[in-house]
Amino acid sequence: MARTVPRPEMTLAEKAYVPEIVKGLKVTMGHFLRGLFTPETLPVQSYPETPSVIPRNYRAKHRLMKRPDGEPRCVACMMCSTACPANCITIQAGESADDRIEKKPVKFEIDLLVCVFCGLCAEACPVDAIRMDTRIVALAADSREKFKVGLKDLMSWEPKDYPDNDTQSQKAPGGLLNAEAKKQWGIS
Amino acid sequence: MGEGAKAAPQTTSIPLTQQPPVAALHQDAGLNQSMVTTSIDALIGWGRKNSLWPFTFGTACCAIEFMALAASKYDLARFGAEFMRFSPRQSDLLIVAGTITYKQAPILRRIWEQMMEPRWVISVGACASTGGFYDCYCTLPGIDEIVPVDVYIAGCPPRPEAYIEALLQLQDKIQDSSYMKDRAAANHQRIQVG
Repeated sequence: MARTVPRPEMTLAEKAYVPEIVKGLKVTMGHFLRGLFTPETLPVQSYPETPSVIPRNYRAKHRLMKRPDGEPRCVACMMCSTACPANCITIQAGESADDRIEKKPVKFEIDLLVCVFCGLCAEACPVDAIRMDTRIVALAADSREKFKVGLKDLMSWEPKDYPDNDTQSQKAPGGLLNAEAKKQWGIS
Repeated sequence: MGEGAKAAPQTTSIPLTQQPPVAALHQDAGLNQSMVTTSIDALIGWGRKNSLWPFTFGTACCAIEFMALAASKYDLARFGAEFMRFSPRQSDLLIVAGTITYKQAPILRRIWEQMMEPRWVISVGACASTGGFYDCYCTLPGIDEIVPVDVYIAGCPPRPEAYIEALLQLQDKIQDSSYMKDRAAANHQRIQVG
């Protein structure tokens, strides 16, 4: 059995059509004037001027950590390139000058255009050499070659805005400027 | 015009009461003060870059991010590209957002061919740009095999910020391209063919 839905009777003002249109226009004009005179109340984030707040654990562009002596922390074990589902990491291993360490990467290239930002490389790394906490997300260029980033580019990012007591700071354990690490590496 | 430019300094030395009316002064000043002169290229570039009509060829999650871009927080309308036209004949910016398979490639090519000149292509995300991790029998390893791409965006999917970055880069590219040169080349080609 079909159920009958009672329809409300239209009032005289609704039947006259024009007052209802005016009501609708009032809403439209309200929004228009709000945007015109108080643009700060709008939900728009004017992106290139106001940078986005990106959480630190957001998987953004990669970076390679440095040892206190300035060399990449990577030992060229190929774990990240093996774990990578997109095969975007190319590592060429070479002999390390430091006799405590066996290998170092001669070439470490990530094709950011192929990368799917899954974070498996950062998880696979046994020496915590690769991290994805740079918060650089706006990656666009006009050629595919420009997305291939090498050792120099990956090691250039510095966590400048992190305070000293922060775990990502260069003075914290694992950082470049950590006193303990410097002593262990024989650097004053 | 040369005479007018020379006459202009003389009028300033005449005492204020004896000066000719303003209209006469303007006549003396010549063409360079009564006309706005601009380069046609700059004007056309400005017009083109600020009224891009995107056609979204969305096949995967990158298109979902595009919806975020077009919505009120990132608001694509600020760059004059808010007018989504799901008709290739009325749009000039092809946004390929998502995995393109070999079966879909001819369709993408045909849509690109149906678009009017001038047209631009943005390749969004790992799948469209390079195939991403789909290293398989069915996925196209980058749409630049079939259509020319102007700007690539990295990410899986890229954030709306990356879209905006790509759009700004494309706007720079459009501003730098020369309409008059393109037209001259097209005319030259037509003469050669005819």
